[in-house]
Amino acid sequence: MSGLAFERSICAAAAMGLAAAPLLLAPFTVTLLNYVGIGAIVALGLVLLTGFGGLTSFGQASLVGIGAYATAWLTTRMGANPWLGLVLALALTGIVAAVLGAVTLRLGGHFLPLSTVAWGIAIYFMFGNLPGLGYHDGIKEIPPLSLKGVSLASNLAIYYLIWTVLGASMLLMGNLLDSREGRAIRSLRGGATMIASLGVNLFRIRLIIFVIAAMLAGVAGWLYAHMNRYVSPSPFEVRPSIEYLLMAMVGGATSIYGAVVGAAIVTLLKNFFQDVLPHVSNNAGQLEIVAFAILLILILQHARGGVMSAARRLAPHRPAPAPPAGTPPLPRRSQPPAGTPLLTIDGAVKRFGGLTAVNAVSFDVRAGEIVGLIGPNGAGKSTMFNLITGAQRPTAGRFTFLGQDITDLPQQKIAAAGIARTFQHVKLRPAMTLLDNVLLGTYVRTGAGFALGASRLDRAEEARAKAEALRQLDRVGLADKAQIHAGNLPLGSQRMLEVARALAADPLLVVLDEPAAGLRRAEKDDLARQLRGLKDEGVTILIVEHDMEFVMGLVDRVVVMDFGAKLMEGLPSEVRANPVVQEAYLGGVA
Amino acid sequence: MDAQIALILLTDGIANGAIYLLIALGTVLIFSVTRVIFVPFGDIAALTALTVAALQLGKLPGTVWLVLVLAAAAVGMEVGSALRARQFARLPKVLVFCAVLPLLPVAVAAVLAWGGLKLPQLGQMSLALALVLPVAPLLNRVVFQPLGNASVLVLLIVAVALHFATSGMALLFFGPEGFRNEPLSDVSISLGGITIAAQVVLMVAAAVALSGLLFLFFEGTVTGKALRATAINHTGARLVGIRPRRTGAIAFLLGSVLGGVSGLLIGPVTTIYYDSGFLIGLKAFVAAIVGGLGSYPLTAVGAVAVGVLESFASFWSSSFKESIVFGALLPVLLWRSLISPQQEEEEEEIE
Repeated sequence: MSGLAFERSICAAAAMGLAAAPLLLAPFTVTLLNYVGIGAIVALGLVLLTGFGGLTSFGQASLVGIGAYATAWLTTRMGANPWLGLVLALALTGIVAAVLGAVTLRLGGHFLPLSTVAWGIAIYFMFGNLPGLGYHDGIKEIPPLSLKGVSLASNLAIYYLIWTVLGASMLLMGNLLDSREGRAIRSLRGGATMIASLGVNLFRIRLIIFVIAAMLAGVAGWLYAHMNRYVSPSPFEVRPSIEYLLMAMVGGATSIYGAVVGAAIVTLLKNFFQDVLPHVSNNAGQLEIVAFAILLILILQHARGGVMSAARRLAPHRPAPAPPAGTPPLPRRSQPPAGTPLLTIDGAVKRFGGLTAVNAVSFDVRAGEIVGLIGPNGAGKSTMFNLITGAQRPTAGRFTFLGQDITDLPQQKIAAAGIARTFQHVKLRPAMTLLDNVLLGTYVRTGAGFALGASRLDRAEEARAKAEALRQLDRVGLADKAQIHAGNLPLGSQRMLEVARALAADPLLVVLDEPAAGLRRAEKDDLARQLRGLKDEGVTILIVEHDMEFVMGLVDRVVVMDFGAKLMEGLPSEVRANPVVQEAYLGGVA
Repeated sequence: MDAQIALILLTDGIANGAIYLLIALGTVLIFSVTRVIFVPFGDIAALTALTVAALQLGKLPGTVWLVLVLAAAAVGMEVGSALRARQFARLPKVLVFCAVLPLLPVAVAAVLAWGGLKLPQLGQMSLALALVLPVAPLLNRVVFQPLGNASVLVLLIVAVALHFATSGMALLFFGPEGFRNEPLSDVSISLGGITIAAQVVLMVAAAVALSGLLFLFFEGTVTGKALRATAINHTGARLVGIRPRRTGAIAFLLGSVLGGVSGLLIGPVTTIYYDSGFLIGLKAFVAAIVGGLGSYPLTAVGAVAVGVLESFASFWSSSFKESIVFGALLPVLLWRSLISPQQEEEEEEIE
């Protein structure tokens, strides 16, 4: 049985089991399952945020609270329909998350979690002190939900609603993670430079997943309020937030099924503790959180992948479906006519404190040529590279790309303008397939956003992107390995994979950072052949390289840097014959 | 509000700010050296205050049990790893640091409680400090060291979980009652129409003195410079022979001193419960965030600002006090995200 069929049959069996469960189980167990479902909806948001996004929130319970209080206030004080309560819950949680994210997500990754602790507390105290929200007594007599005249007041009725909402959320999230934006989300842990070099706006993606996680918490709060028919501040403080986080981590933060598994384990454990601990101590509530805290620490120390990580090893491999035969690759942009100035660097200067790494360097790269940027160690090549790709800002100077001033553009905009790069130290997503890695390269050429991805309305574009990625993999000779994880490749193949990813962006200019470093002879020859082939297709290439032999046999023109300044520029033969260059490299022996 | 009330609130705020300053300095110190955002820091302060209270009542402080549990765990882990690596030579040193030194004050406290003896007040405070000092370094050994090179995020989640474990244990060992300690001196000074308690002067003086000592330590000693070097560049520090485990342990120990002293100072002015540490620690965090978790002078400014804001907020609306203080984080973060450039972040894979 294939991986996909296996996964589908497990899901179908689980869905049938869950549909039949209330008919077989005691009412108390159904109540417990309701709590599992609500917890899983919140944990699902944390899986997206923490497992994939490398962010976290210690304030999810307060967002659940906002959702719960929103609908409680609207339905009891304003007499509105509970379904309007859902709208208000979603709107409020979304707005709170957007504001909090907007001010924290440009800072380091730990500022958001830290602020969520503080904000969680601030919001919790608001619940207990705002006059309209019933102070610490909370709001009672919240009306039950009803759907087309059918009341969902009973535990059983709301059970089906909760698990339907959960199932739908999981389906949408699964779709999303398998789409253009989803691949970007799954790459968030790969570091800011890599993400930006693919044309992805890191801030935007992080903000959106934080808002999604918050809105899932909002839905959970809405369900909670209409299930319990009563809200008070205490379930929405920081402590329950830790339980939600524990759910995500126990289940496995990189799996959407982990949210359900984790919610089930934590809820059942909590129930068990509530039965047992009162016999042990008078402070059972506190002992429970001590036990949960220690459990969370042990999981993070010893099993960071959670239950699903172990389960996944048992399940058969699940290859991504191939695009239908004959799918056309993505449309290509027209390359500028050979010889037109593509990249012009005018007086670039970069100072780090007192050190001038790049000093008044000017040169240009014309369409259709291969230019080598060489120089001894410490010449400022890598800094120059970072300035061109926008990874660093120049102190002075002007960078023009096809007539457009790109000096102050952020990295992702430079990538979108048509400059693709590779990294000296390969930056791939080791736990993603080769195909997905190359698909990341197509991000700048495709447009499907979160909504299209989650609703699967992106499939036509997705198929074309896949066809394109397979074409690029085929070009570098890795097509037969498309479904294995990039981390399993040897270094030489990883470099070629990076080249394929860069080419998948259909760039006007490819900038390669020491592509031959660490390659064996045969691999270098192969790389050189590939690059010549690219040139024949009209792609312009700038190589920053150490390996003179590799460069000299490949490039049309060479720019030599030494001590941050441009030493000379010319044909490979001229450069080789130049005594100044020889002195720079060999220290004047020649 | 007239000028006099404003002046009283300001004095109060500065006194609170002094407490937040000590805790925030420790937070920044530990974060910059070990990348651990040590959330249970406020708990260290609360534990110290509760320990003093128990000693003043002539009881065996619950801290004893906490230290025993942690020391046992640390010794177990150290002995286990020494046996696996067959490095028996390092066992004596390990036993001294993980067992003998932490247990000395425990023994003193046990003898006192058993004999029904009471130390003079300064003695009680010193003993309380000595009892609490090993807690943070032992927590570091037992909880954070096994996490090795985990990301800041993982370390932060662990730290938050650790707070709940610590405060939960504090409840078990100290019970739910709150305590207010006896101040060192009841004297008040009258100054320009307002009276300032000696305790307030003491709080501010201690904060200034400890910050000054910390500065001298960083500037003037090799160990201090090693800590700064580790903070600036972990790999570089290792290359010149600075051992990260050692600098980490020192950072936690120094942090404990700051946390412990702040606990001694806050005990007589506020009733401390087993869980009071969280809010104190979080307010110190707001101060540390003003300093971007890196700058000591800005952290000091932040601490005083948080203290003053808190004291005015409690005058305007005591029920919204916490919401106002934590809500103030929003403009601070906005300001920080405008002034600091986007930073490159570490990479991390799960599994």
